[in-house]
Amino acid sequence: MMTVARTDTSLLGNWWWTVDRWSLIALGLLMAFGALLILAASPAAGQRIGLSGFYLAERQFIVLPVAAAIVVGASLLTPRWVRRVGVVGFLASLVLLTLTLFFGPEIKGATRWLHLAGFSLQPSEFVKPTLAVAVAWMFAMQRQGNGVPGNAIALAMLAVTVALLLMQPDVGQSFIVTAVWGVQVFIAGLPMIWVVGIVAAVLVGVVLGYGALPHVAERIDSFLDPSAGDRYQVNRSLEAFNSGGLFGRGPGEGTVKASLPDAHSDFIFAVAGEEFGAIACLIILGLFAFVVLRGFGRLLQETNLFVLLAATGLLTQFGLQAVINMASTLHLMPTKGMTLPFISYGGSSLLALALGMGMVLALTRRRVPRGDEQ
Amino acid sequence: MSERLSYDGPAFQRPRSSRVLPVGALLRWKATAFGGQSSDALETGRTRLLVASLVFVCAFAVIGVRLLDLALFTGAPQRIAPQAGFAHVEPQVRADIVDRNGVVLATTLPRASLHANPREIRNPKFVAAQLSAILPDLSEGEVSAKLAMDRSFIWIKRGLSPRQQYQINRLGVPGLSFREEERRTYPQGELTAHIVGFTDVDNQGLAGLEQGFDELLSGSKTPLRLSLDLRVQHILTDELSRSMEEFRAIGAAGVVMDAHTGEIVAMASLPSFDPNQPGSASSDSRFNRATLGTYEMGSVFKIFSTAAALDSGEVALYDNFDVSDPIRAARFTIRDYRPKEGKLSVPEIFMHSSNIGTVHLAMKTGTEIQRSALARLGLTTPMSLELPETGTPQLPTPWREISTMTVSYGHGLSVTPVQLTAGVAATINGGLMPKPTVLARDDDALVPNQRVFSERTSRDMRRLMRLVVEHGTGGNADAEGYLVGGKTGTANKQVGGTYQRNARISSFVGAFPMDEPRYVVFAMVDEPKGHSGTFGYATGGWVAAPVVHNVVSRMAPMLGIQPRPQTITPPMEEHPLLLHAVGEDFRIAAQ
Repeated sequence: MMTVARTDTSLLGNWWWTVDRWSLIALGLLMAFGALLILAASPAAGQRIGLSGFYLAERQFIVLPVAAAIVVGASLLTPRWVRRVGVVGFLASLVLLTLTLFFGPEIKGATRWLHLAGFSLQPSEFVKPTLAVAVAWMFAMQRQGNGVPGNAIALAMLAVTVALLLMQPDVGQSFIVTAVWGVQVFIAGLPMIWVVGIVAAVLVGVVLGYGALPHVAERIDSFLDPSAGDRYQVNRSLEAFNSGGLFGRGPGEGTVKASLPDAHSDFIFAVAGEEFGAIACLIILGLFAFVVLRGFGRLLQETNLFVLLAATGLLTQFGLQAVINMASTLHLMPTKGMTLPFISYGGSSLLALALGMGMVLALTRRRVPRGDEQ
Repeated sequence: MSERLSYDGPAFQRPRSSRVLPVGALLRWKATAFGGQSSDALETGRTRLLVASLVFVCAFAVIGVRLLDLALFTGAPQRIAPQAGFAHVEPQVRADIVDRNGVVLATTLPRASLHANPREIRNPKFVAAQLSAILPDLSEGEVSAKLAMDRSFIWIKRGLSPRQQYQINRLGVPGLSFREEERRTYPQGELTAHIVGFTDVDNQGLAGLEQGFDELLSGSKTPLRLSLDLRVQHILTDELSRSMEEFRAIGAAGVVMDAHTGEIVAMASLPSFDPNQPGSASSDSRFNRATLGTYEMGSVFKIFSTAAALDSGEVALYDNFDVSDPIRAARFTIRDYRPKEGKLSVPEIFMHSSNIGTVHLAMKTGTEIQRSALARLGLTTPMSLELPETGTPQLPTPWREISTMTVSYGHGLSVTPVQLTAGVAATINGGLMPKPTVLARDDDALVPNQRVFSERTSRDMRRLMRLVVEHGTGGNADAEGYLVGGKTGTANKQVGGTYQRNARISSFVGAFPMDEPRYVVFAMVDEPKGHSGTFGYATGGWVAAPVVHNVVSRMAPMLGIQPRPQTITPPMEEHPLLLHAVGEDFRIAAQ
C-alpha cells in the first residue's frame, strides 16, 4: 500500500484522500473474483465452442488491467469532466449503435456488435453509463430554470436509445436503460401521480412485449412453465448451486459447468456456486450490495443535483444488472441475457462498467463545493 | 479543503437536511419538482434515494436467501434427461433370456473397450510394447502399425477385463480411451448354446434366439422366458455326451417335449460350443442337429406308418401279415434285421420292428393316406419354430410306390429331430398336433391343436409303444415305474447316394408315462460304434434307448411325476396285445 501524506496536494494525493477507498477496494475484489471465475468457466465454455482451454480467460486477462486503469482514470475526473465524457460518449455510442444496424454481423439472431480493427465492440454496453450521465445533466438543467427543456430532452434521449436497441433487437439492454432512466426521473422529483402512471405503463409494456416479440414471450413462458423446453440452462444452473452447497466442490472440480453453454457469461454465478459454494456467492453478493448501498449512502450528503442524479443512475445500472443476473441464474426471474458486472466474460461490458463505476467514484469524491460543478 | 480534511463520519449518514424521514418530501410534488427550488429538489432526491436503497436491499436479501435455500436444501428441480453431446448416452440394454424357471441363459454386462486416437499417440512403438505387455493376445507389431496410422479413431481391443482396464489406465498414455460397452454373456455356456445362439460384438443376434428375436430383445427390457427347463437340459446333455463317449460317436441330438403343449423342455445338439466365444467354434459344433439337421430316421418312422394304417381303417390291430419273404421292388430287396417266419400280427410287427411287415401295412393303407398322414404330422414341410436354424425335410421326388414302401420304415425321407418328436407327441397325446415352441406357453394361451389321428388310434399306439419297451427292441429304455413306451430306430447313413454299412444313426423316441403321456423324449446318436458291452451292437435299442431310460428316470422325479407303484409287465405269453395275435408260435406256446 502506498503511503500518501494527507498534505500531499498533487493530483494523485488529492485523489487518494478524497476517493471512496472502500468502494474502490470492493470493486477491486469483484474484479479479482471475476478473474478467478473466468479461469474456472473458460475451459468448460471454450471447449464447447472449439476454443482452446484458456482462450476466453486470456482475452479477459488482457482487458482486466485496462478496465482497472479506466476505473482509476475516470475517478480522477471532476464532475464537470464526467458530464463532458458522458455527453460525448453518449453521442458516440448513438452513432455506433446506428452503425451496428448496418454493419454489424448477425450473431444469434441479433446485430449487436461492431468489428473494429481486431476488436469487437458492443456499443449498447457503452450507451448505458453515458446515457445515465447525459440524462442526469438534462434533469439538473431543468431544475436550474434557465429555460432549457431538460425533461423533454432526457425523454427524447431515452426514446432514441431504446429505439436503436430494440432494432438490434436487445430487449434486456432496453429494459436496463429504461429502468435506470426511470429511477433517475424518480429521484429528480417526478410527481407521484406520474410515478404510478409510469409503473402502470411499464406493466402494459411488458404485456405488449410478450405479445409482440416472440423470443420475449418464449422466455417468459419457459420461466413460468417448468416443463417448457428452453429451461435447460436454468435447470443446470440450479443443479450447480445444489451440488456446490455451502463450501463448493473446490476450484476446477465443477461438473455442471461443462453442460452450461453460457457458463462464462450469463451463468458465471452458477459456476461460482458450484466450485466455491454459497458462502463465496454471498460474499460476491455482499460486494455488489456494499458498492451500491455505500454509493447511495454517500449521495445522501450530496448537494449537487447533477452529481446526485448521475451517480444514482450509474449505481442503479450497476446494481440492477447484478441483481438481474444473479436472480435469473437462481431462477427468480426469466433469463435476460445480462452480464454480471466485473465478473462475466465480455470486454465491452467490462470496459463500459469500468467507465461507469470510475465516474461514480469521481462523483462521490469529497469536494469543496465551489459552485462551478453543475 | 477544511471540510475534506474534517470528514471522518460513517459512510451511511442520514441526510443532513432531514434528520427525520421526511415523508412529506417523498410525496411533495409540483411545488418542488421540475423547476422548483434547487434545495427542495435535492431534499426530494435524497429522500427518494432512500426508497431506491430499500428496494435494492430487498432485492439483495431475496437473492441471498435464495442462494442459501438452494445450497442447503434441495430446491433444484428434477434433473431432466441430459441432452445429447453433453453427457453420456443412455446405454442400450438388451433383454435377458431366461429358462422357464427364470434361470438366466443370456444377459448383458458392461465392459470396457479400448480405442485410440493415433494422431495423439506420440510414440506408437513404445505404446504398443506397453499394451502388448498387458494384453498378451495382441500382436505388438500390428498395434504399433495401427497406432502409427493417420487416423483419429481405431479400436484396439473390445471387451477388456476390469484388471486390464485398470492397468492400461495406469499407463496414463494420452490418446488411449475406453468406451463403456455392453457385452452379451451366456452364463450357461455350451449347455444352451444352440437354442440361445449368440450375438456379434455390437450385440446383434447372429444365431439362435438371439437372431430369431433380435428386434424383440433389443427393444425391450423384459426377459424372454423360454420353455426350456435348464435342469432337464442338463440331464439330456449329460446323458447324450456319455453315450457319445461310450460309443465313440461323432455327434448326438436329443429333444424333450411336452406332449400336449409342444413346449420344448430340453433340446441338445452335440458337440456344442461356447457362445461366449463363437468365433473359435467349429462349424460342425455350431450346427444344430436337433433343428437344422435332417436325418433318415429309420424304424422310429414305423410309429407313423402303423398309426396311419390303423387310423385309416384299412388295417385292424390284429390283422396278420406274412413276413417270411423279403420284398423285391424296383431294384431293392427289403429284408428284416432279424428275419421271422410265418405271419405276424400288427403288434408283433411293431414290437420286432419288422420292415417287411410294415411295408405290407403301408401297401394296404395306400400312398395317399400315408402321405396325407405325414403331411398332417408336419413331416413334409419345414417346421415353424422360433429358431432361424430350421431344416427343410427331404422328400422322395417323385413319390413312387417304392417310396411309400421305404418311407414306411423310415428311409427315403429325412426330417429334423424336433419334427419327429412333435409328430410322436401328436400320435400319443390323443391325436392332436401340438405346435412346437421354445417359448414358455401360458396355459390360457393354448390354441386348439389340429386333430391328426383318432383317440382310439392314439390309444392303440400308446399300447404298441409300451409293448416295444416291454418285450421288443426298446427294453433298455424301461425306466422303472414310469411306463416308458417308444420305438427304436437304426438307419444307415447315406453318403453320396450309397448307404454306409458301418455309419448309422441310432435313435429312440419314447414317451412317458404311457397311461397318461406327459413328455416325449427323443435321443439320437450319430455314428456310434458298438463295443463288447453291447456285443458289438450299435443299434437304437443298445445306444439310444439307455439314454432315454436315464433321462426319464432322472427328470421324472424332478418334474413331480409319480412313479406308478405297481407296474406289472405281463409276460410275453400273457400279453393281451399278443394273445389276440394269430401267430402260431406264441399262442401254442401259451396254451
